[in-house]
Amino acid sequence: MNRLAVKLPGLNLKNPIMPASGCFGFGKEYSKYYDLGLLGAIMAKAATSEPRFGNPTPRVAETPSGMLNAIGLQNPGLEVIMKETLPSLERYDVPIIANVAGSTQEDYVAVCAKIGDAPNVHAIELNISCPNVKHGGIAFGTNPDVAYELTQAVKKVAKVPVYVKLSPNVTDIVPIAEAIEAGGADGLTMINTLLGMRIDLKTRKPILANQTGGLSGPAVKPVAIRLIHQVAQVVNIPIIGMGGVYTVDDVLEMFMAGASAVAVGTANFTDPYICPKLIEQLPLRMDELGIESLEKLISEVKGARK
Amino acid sequence: MKQEMMTVLAQKELAPKIYEMTLTGKLVKEMTIPGQFLHVKAPRADLLLRRPISLASVDQKNASCKLIYRTEGVGTELFSQLVPDDQVDVMGPLGNGFPVEFLGKEDLVFIIGGGIGVPPLFELAKKVKEKGSKIVFFLGFAKKEVIFYEQEFAQMGEVHLSTDDGSYGVKGHVGTMLSKVLQKEKPTAVYSCGSNGLLKAVDHYFADLEHAYLSLEARMACGMGACYACVCPTRADRGKSKKICDEGPVFSTGEVIL
Repeated sequence: MNRLAVKLPGLNLKNPIMPASGCFGFGKEYSKYYDLGLLGAIMAKAATSEPRFGNPTPRVAETPSGMLNAIGLQNPGLEVIMKETLPSLERYDVPIIANVAGSTQEDYVAVCAKIGDAPNVHAIELNISCPNVKHGGIAFGTNPDVAYELTQAVKKVAKVPVYVKLSPNVTDIVPIAEAIEAGGADGLTMINTLLGMRIDLKTRKPILANQTGGLSGPAVKPVAIRLIHQVAQVVNIPIIGMGGVYTVDDVLEMFMAGASAVAVGTANFTDPYICPKLIEQLPLRMDELGIESLEKLISEVKGARK
Repeated sequence: MKQEMMTVLAQKELAPKIYEMTLTGKLVKEMTIPGQFLHVKAPRADLLLRRPISLASVDQKNASCKLIYRTEGVGTELFSQLVPDDQVDVMGPLGNGFPVEFLGKEDLVFIIGGGIGVPPLFELAKKVKEKGSKIVFFLGFAKKEVIFYEQEFAQMGEVHLSTDDGSYGVKGHVGTMLSKVLQKEKPTAVYSCGSNGLLKAVDHYFADLEHAYLSLEARMACGMGACYACVCPTRADRGKSKKICDEGPVFSTGEVIL
C-alpha cells in the first residue's frame, strides 16, 4: 500500500505534493532540475482565452518571511497552451490541474470547455481569487452569488472535475465556500495570496508597479491553516491546501486543518528541489508522528469534525 | 544549472559598500560562459528570495569564482559578513551570457559598463582577450571612491573612465565619452552592462551593429523562468516579452524595450 497516495475527484495522486499555480510556470523550467514524474500533480500557470502580457515591472518584492507578487496572469493564451505547453508535459507521469482565469463568465466557460480535452489535464482549478488583475479574478471570488453562478456555468461545460480556488481577501470565507459547493464544485483549493503592499523609503513610492500585490510564503501560513480549518467544518468536498508550505510539518499541519492534498508555492523559488524533498521526507515524519497513511489521517480529521 | 552549498574562500571590501567574495565548489565547472549569474540565498531563513549576482570572474584551475556586489539591503549586508569557510547556498550558473565565439584577432571590441554593472564585464574581457581582439573599455562610476578593478581592466585594454561628479576621469556619463570616440573608431562588437540610462545610450548608438549586447538587471523571484517576474517587452511585438533571468540577461540591441 502506498501510504502517501490520496484519491480526489479526477486525481489519483501517488503523493499529495504539487507545485502551486503561478509558482512553477508550465513545468518546463523545473524539468531541468528533476523528473516531474515524481510530483503528485502540477497546478499549471493560469490559462486565459487570449494571451496576456501581465502587469508592468517590478512585479515582486520581498517581505518578512514572504513575498509580494503582481505578475498579472501572464500567459500565452489557451491556443498555445493546448498546442504546445500541455503536450510537452505528456511524457511525464503527472496529472495536470489546469488553472483557468477570465475577465468575464463567458471567458471562464470558454476556456474550461476546451482545456479538459488535453489528455494530461485531469482537473481544473478555477481561479476566482487572483488579486492582481483589474477585471475578473478576485471579483468572482468575493461575492457568494457570483461565485455560485460561475461555478455552476463552468460545471456544465467542464469535462474534468472542477476545483475552485478561494481568496483569503474576504470578511467571511464560509458563505463563499458554501456557495461554491452548492454550485457543484468537486473540490476547493485554498488559499490564494493576501493583498499587500510595500513602499520604497527612498523613492517614497510603492515597490510594485501595480502598487499592490499578493502576499505569499511562510508569513501567510497561519492564515491558510485557519481558513482551511474553518471551511473544512462546513463543506463536504475535498480541499487542496496551500499558503506558506516550506516543510513536511507544514504539509501535515495542512492535513490536520482539513486539507486532502497540499500545494507548494513560494518555496519553489527559494529551493527548486523543495517538492521532491518534501515527498522524500514525508514518510519519515509520518513515522515519527505515528501516521500510518494520509488517507487514514484525512478520514480521522473528517471523523473528528462530526 | 544546479544548486550547491559553495564555500567562501575570501571576502574583500573593494570600495565603500562594494565587496568581492570568492567562492569555491563543484559548480565552478559549469561556469563557462561570461555574463551568466548566480542566484544566491541570503543566510537567513526569513529572507526567502535569492539574490541574482553576476559572475565577475571564474578560475577553473582553482575551482573558484568571484562575485562583486554592492550592499543595498539586508540580504547583501549579510553576504558581506560571510567569512572564509562559511557556506553559501548557490543556484546557477543562470542566464544566457555574452557571445564571444565570432571574435578574432583583427576585431575591435568596446566594453561599456557603469557602477555595479561593471563586474560581469571583467570575466567577459578575459574571454575576449583569449580571442586576441583589441579591447577598449568605457567605464563610468558615481565618484572616485567607488571605482574598482581599474588596474585589472587596464591590463587587458585601453580604459576610459568617467565619474558623475568629475572626481576622476572625464566628468559625466559613459555616453559622453562614447560619442567622441565613435567619430574615429567603429567596433566589431559592443558589450554593455549598467544602469538603464547607460543601456539606452548603447542601444541607441549601436542599434544597427550585428554584435552589440546589453546585459539587463531586474527584480526576480525564481531566477529560472518560472515566475514571470522579470519580463521586459520585445521591440518587435510589444505584446510579447522576454524573461531577463532565462532568455537574458544578455540581449542584442534593438531586441527589447528598456
